[in-house]
Amino acid sequence: FMQRGLDSQTKKQLEEEEKKIISEEHWYLDVPDLKEKECCIIEERSFLSCEDLVYGRMSFKGFNPEIEKLMIQMNSKCKEEETEVDDKMEADVSDEEMARRYETLVGTIGKKFLRKRDQRVLKDDDEDEDDEVEEGNSNPRPSKRAKKMFLKPQD
Amino acid sequence: GRLLCGPGLRRSGAGLLVTKCGLLRHRAAGGGAYWVDSQQKRYVPVKGDHVIGIVTAKAGDVFRLDVGGSEPASLSYLAFEGATKRNRPNVQASALGVGDLIYGQFLVANKDMEPEMVCIDSSGKSSGMGIIGQDGFLFKVSLGLIRKLLAPKCEIIQDLSQLYPFELVLGMNGRIWVKAKTVQQTLILVNILEACEYMTAEQRKQALAKLSGN
Repeated sequence: FMQRGLDSQTKKQLEEEEKKIISEEHWYLDVPDLKEKECCIIEERSFLSCEDLVYGRMSFKGFNPEIEKLMIQMNSKCKEEETEVDDKMEADVSDEEMARRYETLVGTIGKKFLRKRDQRVLKDDDEDEDDEVEEGNSNPRPSKRAKKMFLKPQD
Repeated sequence: GRLLCGPGLRRSGAGLLVTKCGLLRHRAAGGGAYWVDSQQKRYVPVKGDHVIGIVTAKAGDVFRLDVGGSEPASLSYLAFEGATKRNRPNVQASALGVGDLIYGQFLVANKDMEPEMVCIDSSGKSSGMGIIGQDGFLFKVSLGLIRKLLAPKCEIIQDLSQLYPFELVLGMNGRIWVKAKTVQQTLILVNILEACEYMTAEQRKQALAKLSGN
């Protein structure tokens, strides 16, 4: 029953009465609790857990190559007792090459996120390097080296 | 550790009772296990066993399979790898129909409920289970022979594998399915497997020598 406007006290009283009724109706055993013995014996009805049986699907002399692959997989699982085969996958790329590539990669991706001004500076630097390397090359675009200042328009 | 008492033994009070006749076997590894190696032809479904079933009927979403037990087992059509409600198992270009052979394992198998089979393992992969292909020959042997054949490094299987290429599926319910290139080879394999239950190792080797001589 949902009765609105019931005081909290009367509510509590009602609840207590309900609980009493319920607990009196509940049957319970007057017997002391039986000690549960530790069962050290497990019962099993299957032979799989007792004997070490091989997987039931087999193929010989290449009759069904998929099943032959499966045989190797399943039987190696059983024999190794499910030890994780953490063999290092043969890497396609060696570690050194990976490190080299990564170095250059960081540079190129980093450039992408530079602001425009910084990109221009980078370009100058690159060109400087190029000039140093190439002998006897006239300086292209020397004006770009100096940062452009604001030129007041002449009247 | 805990002791495992396997088929043929039952716990009663503090001791064990034997319920089947046979040889008592013991395994010391993994906490120790005892079981009775008995011989019988009639299969009783056990959870986790891989068996070969024959589809006898389709009832809505569920296939009824005959596994050689007292009741037909049920196999839901969703219990295959990669099956969804829209994508019914259509393996090997022939929808699963009555009379097909299925290799699966029991999910539920006790004396109070109807046995249920699935064709995927706990990780959701089929790992070789599912519909068994066309052709081939299905026959029944005793359960003891199946366990002998499934033992690791079984001599019979090793000898046979030297003969000619073939494919073999062993179900724990006593059913074996064999397929070789020609009908004659298949029948030879069937005869050897049926007979090797009662042949000694030497007799078997003689028979195989005759065959490979042919």
